[in-house]
Amino acid sequence: MSVGIVGYGAYVPRFRITSREIARVWGQDPKTMQEGLLIEEKSVPDIDEDTITISIEASKNAFLRAGIRPKEIGAVYIGSESHPYAVKPSGTVVAEALGIGPEVSVVDTEFACRAGTTSMFICCGLVKAGYINYGLAIGADTSQGMPGDALEYSAAAGGAAFIIGGKNVIATIDGWFSFVTDTADFWRRDGQEYPRHAARFTGEPSYFRHVMEACKGLMGKTGLKPSDFSYAVFHTPNGKFPLKAGKSLGFTGEQLKDNLLVSKIGNTYSGASPLVLSCVLDKAKPGEKIMVTSYGSGAGSDSFCLTVTEDIKSKQDKARKTMDYVADREEIDYARYVRLRGKIKQ
Amino acid sequence: MHTSSVPLYWRLQKSKYGLFGTKCLSCNTHFYPPKPLCSECRRKGRVVEHQFSGKGKILTFTIIRTAPEGFEKQAPYAIGIIELDEGAKIAGQIVGPFERLATGKRVRPVFRKIYEDSDDGIIHYGMKFVIDGKS
Amino acid sequence: MKVAVVGVGQTRMGEIWEKSLRDLSLEAGSLALQDAGLEGKDIEALFIGNMSAGRFIGQEHLGALMTEQAGLLPIPATRCEAACASGALAFRKALFSILSGHHEIVMVGGAEKMTDLSTGQAVATLASAGDQEWESHIGLTFAGLYALMARYYMEKYGLTREELALVPVKNHMHAMKNPYAQYRYEITVEDVINSPMISDPLRLLDCSPISDGAAAIIIAGEKVAKKFSSPVWFIGGGHASDTVSLHGRKSLSSLSAAIKAAEIAYRQAGVKPKDIDMAEVHDCFSIAEIMAYEDLGFAPKGKGKELLISGETKIGGRMPVNTDGGLKVGHPVGATGIKQIIEIVRQLRGKACNQVRDAKIGLAHNVGGSGATAIVNIFSREGG
Repeated sequence: MSVGIVGYGAYVPRFRITSREIARVWGQDPKTMQEGLLIEEKSVPDIDEDTITISIEASKNAFLRAGIRPKEIGAVYIGSESHPYAVKPSGTVVAEALGIGPEVSVVDTEFACRAGTTSMFICCGLVKAGYINYGLAIGADTSQGMPGDALEYSAAAGGAAFIIGGKNVIATIDGWFSFVTDTADFWRRDGQEYPRHAARFTGEPSYFRHVMEACKGLMGKTGLKPSDFSYAVFHTPNGKFPLKAGKSLGFTGEQLKDNLLVSKIGNTYSGASPLVLSCVLDKAKPGEKIMVTSYGSGAGSDSFCLTVTEDIKSKQDKARKTMDYVADREEIDYARYVRLRGKIKQ
Repeated sequence: MHTSSVPLYWRLQKSKYGLFGTKCLSCNTHFYPPKPLCSECRRKGRVVEHQFSGKGKILTFTIIRTAPEGFEKQAPYAIGIIELDEGAKIAGQIVGPFERLATGKRVRPVFRKIYEDSDDGIIHYGMKFVIDGKS
Repeated sequence: MKVAVVGVGQTRMGEIWEKSLRDLSLEAGSLALQDAGLEGKDIEALFIGNMSAGRFIGQEHLGALMTEQAGLLPIPATRCEAACASGALAFRKALFSILSGHHEIVMVGGAEKMTDLSTGQAVATLASAGDQEWESHIGLTFAGLYALMARYYMEKYGLTREELALVPVKNHMHAMKNPYAQYRYEITVEDVINSPMISDPLRLLDCSPISDGAAAIIIAGEKVAKKFSSPVWFIGGGHASDTVSLHGRKSLSSLSAAIKAAEIAYRQAGVKPKDIDMAEVHDCFSIAEIMAYEDLGFAPKGKGKELLISGETKIGGRMPVNTDGGLKVGHPVGATGIKQIIEIVRQLRGKACNQVRDAKIGLAHNVGGSGATAIVNIFSREGG
């Protein structure tokens, strides 16, 4: 039985704030910031958007492509580090709104930016084990960066949803490899508003080590090499990290270029590698192979590979594409940004 | 001051989340919000559940600038009366730039936060509308 | 049997910080008794119109409370609620109590204390007269509901923003001479269209204010009323309902409950719209007055603005409307329906602040919510 993606969908809020605007407010050099991160602008959620609403909009697109009934879903897992409630699941709202359940397994997951792909992995396992026919896995976030912190240039909002199943798949999931250690490069304590990070420590021992080990592990396990893939998708905390990791693994600029979605919408955390994947699926052709590697601080990576099937052709145009959301943008200034993000004390 | 009862809105959840209304099989009138009784057919009516697509057009709209308690942070926001394709009319917030607002424009539903009881209270979700890109 | 108004009294309307709902009600009731030349012991029952004391001041059970406050214990007391039409509803219930033969002289009061709440709380309280589950819960306000009707009407009938502004301009002009009015200054069309936007296309000067105030009248059956020097006779009334939610309505450019209530009232009174010498209409927002012209048959559908532009609804015109300033004098919601009747009584007695020459028949149009309740009452100088 080949397990894979039956339907997928993206959602990105329409507000954007440019790196130039953030740099202007904090007296930083816009060119240095923009070139250092390769982020031109990032998405900002409207005042009435959160991880739940983003998850639902992305899932609606996934259902349009999957063409299955909500009641056929046996599991809903939402990976996010910005669930609106500390206690009370996001997934119940998402399931109820989509007409899923009540006979369904629902749980929210969290592993910094990695929980979206891990939710996909769990669904794969359940389908493969025969416990469920279809699972809905979502990676979505409305992440927050402390005002003035470097994170403020990247912490963005968006998400992607995937319906995982064993029939009529548009991309088979062919292999999986996870790599996890206890490496505290980024964290947010319970009850705290903003996360903290260990600055340059987030690079080599954290992002690069876990991403590289997961990729190498996956390629070793599957016997695939970089040239076998048409696309290599990575977690995109900024534009530089995925390009650097990809190149050192032997991928070309062409295979990596979709990761630069981050330069237009910022780092959507749990939604990041899932959104790049949705962007790739929007244009992928049957037979093409895709490698996806997420990264979540704390720290761990999932690396998995997919093969696109014939069925994708009839699904791609059934819902709004990722780039449609990217193109539908309204630029806002820093004042509007802090108002929308609730950063003004009232 | 706003009624922030958890059970009150829990009862309405299905309709608010999924645009579930009703329709009368006898006269084919659609109701959203759901009505258990068709006022035309009375006891001859056969009222059943109907899920609306949420697609429709703007009959009229306004932009609320003086908001009631609990909506201050959202203001200004647009509210329209939407005529759903099935014929029922519904009041809903219309998200997106105000410049795009015009009567007669097509809209589609979008899932959003409607109202928060307070920073530590329950969050109410439901449908709003967005102007369809094609119109 | 016939019923007449034999005494009237009201407080000033506005932000009356120093007075409570109890103080205001007592003041209005005492003035009505003085006006009628009656004693408290003559009153057999009390009816009081009040929209939301429970939310405005946290006090329910107003009927008994007001009876106690007025020293009228142990007479029966009934509080009536139909949002902003609570006053007219109380009048109607009092009327029935006499017509049914239960009482001969009753007092009808209307009162609201709105300024103890913040603006946001008051706006939310007023919005509870709309559909709480489907309108108020999405942030729709009263100004918003009328703004939705205003835009629909303006686009359908080609009413311009400037033309709409003529309603508050006229009513402010009328309120200048009204000693009870909250606002007593003239405004221009420019003032209206440059005032702060509340809910597009309605601006601050299109809206009735948030006010405190009370009004009271004493009504009596024919036998008793005939003993008074200038009774004003009730000759016909109508009361109709529509959906509480605006979105549930068949029409967004008229109030079908008002059309129905007027039809019943005219029939009962045996008069036609052209027989009306002056009217008090429920202009809670500018657009409401133009719709009222049409719903009451003063102008054909869509032609209300022509009646307005012609100046005929100003004092001195053929059909003066809101001669005391309408809801521009203040809109303590529960009191408004009674205040309207008081202005008609003053006009028919020939003692109004903007007297209509030889006024014989007056009409009051009181609306609750965005039109879910409409009550029309017609009064005559003659008929006893």
